[in-house]
Amino acid sequence: MSSTPLRVDRARCIGAGMCALTAPEVFDQDPEDGLVLLLHTEPPTAHRAAARMAAGVCPSGAITLA
Amino acid sequence: MGESLHTVTALPTERQPGCPFDPPTELIDARQHGPISGYTHPGGKPGWMITGYDLVRSVLADPRFSSRKELMNVVDFELPPAPPGEFLLMDDPQHRRYRKPLMGRFTVRRMRLLTERIEQITTDCLDAMERTGPPADLVTAFAKPIPTIVICELLGVPYQDRGSFQEQIDTFMGGASSDEELIAAYTATQEYLAKLVAAKRANPTDDVLSELTDSDLTDEELKGISLVLLAAGFDTTANMLSLGTFALLQNPAQLAALRADPALTDGAVEELLRYLSVAKTFMRTALEDVELGGQTIKAGTTVVLSYHTANRDPERFTDPHVLDIRRQDTGGHLAFSHGIHQCLGQQLARVEMRVAFRALVDRFPTLRLAVPAEEVGLRPETADIYGVKSLPVTWGEES
Repeated sequence: MSSTPLRVDRARCIGAGMCALTAPEVFDQDPEDGLVLLLHTEPPTAHRAAARMAAGVCPSGAITLA
Repeated sequence: MGESLHTVTALPTERQPGCPFDPPTELIDARQHGPISGYTHPGGKPGWMITGYDLVRSVLADPRFSSRKELMNVVDFELPPAPPGEFLLMDDPQHRRYRKPLMGRFTVRRMRLLTERIEQITTDCLDAMERTGPPADLVTAFAKPIPTIVICELLGVPYQDRGSFQEQIDTFMGGASSDEELIAAYTATQEYLAKLVAAKRANPTDDVLSELTDSDLTDEELKGISLVLLAAGFDTTANMLSLGTFALLQNPAQLAALRADPALTDGAVEELLRYLSVAKTFMRTALEDVELGGQTIKAGTTVVLSYHTANRDPERFTDPHVLDIRRQDTGGHLAFSHGIHQCLGQQLARVEMRVAFRALVDRFPTLRLAVPAEEVGLRPETADIYGVKSLPVTWGEES
């Protein structure tokens, strides 16, 4: 399966932290403004399921699997 | 299609006796008929009741539905807009203006840094409970003080001011106060917050409210934000801790499993959030005509979203009415809502609940109700946040 690059939209992000909670190897929050930080655009296989779940639970639709 | 529309004819005010953790029967029935039902608001205005998980979630993510207080079409007089700073009842961009300066202060990382302090507060509460009991009221000994101390320290409310403040918040959120009591509590709170904001401006300390004074927010706005944070911080987690303990005591196999395996704690917290959904319902108003679940929601109509019933939707959760702390499908539960208003303090609530439930079950291996379960006093359905009024518990040898 080819990997799908992740994209985040900081203008949509509401800093709820669901991504950093669900897939901490892939997402973090900016310590200043709380907005999403993408650590890997193409996460290693081991973290892909968690990244997909994080995209699914993001409350503001700020994460897309392009 | 072709089926007749199910209608929720009266405001569901009663839970089934003996089922204090389940949504009112009428809402469970409504969900069985379909995800959306006709509904009449208590003020007589026509609306809709949405009980299906997918539909609730889609409305919460849909900018065609508004949170603005002045658009709520539920009574036959016009509601005023939300006061400055009370951003739960606003849409973007106003909502984001208030949420933005707060987001960096409630991150997963920042909240985890509070773990040790929350453990200390919890230990202090449990020590005091052990010294004076058994029996004890778990609400006053444990469920209320922990989140209250935490949010007051975070926001910068002085220790000595906590008592009266908590009483006022109880008056707002308890669902059983007269208009006079509500107005008195609101006025007293506003006066207190005005003084607090002025004090932080004059002498900033190391807390969120002091940090916020260094922004373009006015004193009125800071008062509103403080009220939102305090009310949300006190009442929601407190009710989750007390009602959650009640639910665990009524499900002894689940309690035993949690006690035996600390690795189950995080999952137990998510499952209790889903199962109990103490923030039961929220409302949204359609800004234009919207097709939803085969119905047309007319512009200006207000829909009620039953988070609790949605979190019990059998199409989303296996055996939804069963409390199962090992459940693998809690991800995406709606206890903290969804969309741009999803709970700002949820990562704080998670740390508080993980620490507090863990410490409680470890400390009192024989914890049990001190009264028959049916005598535990419950908040009325009119309360914004559901919960128990008190939870008499005991421990040690059976007497």
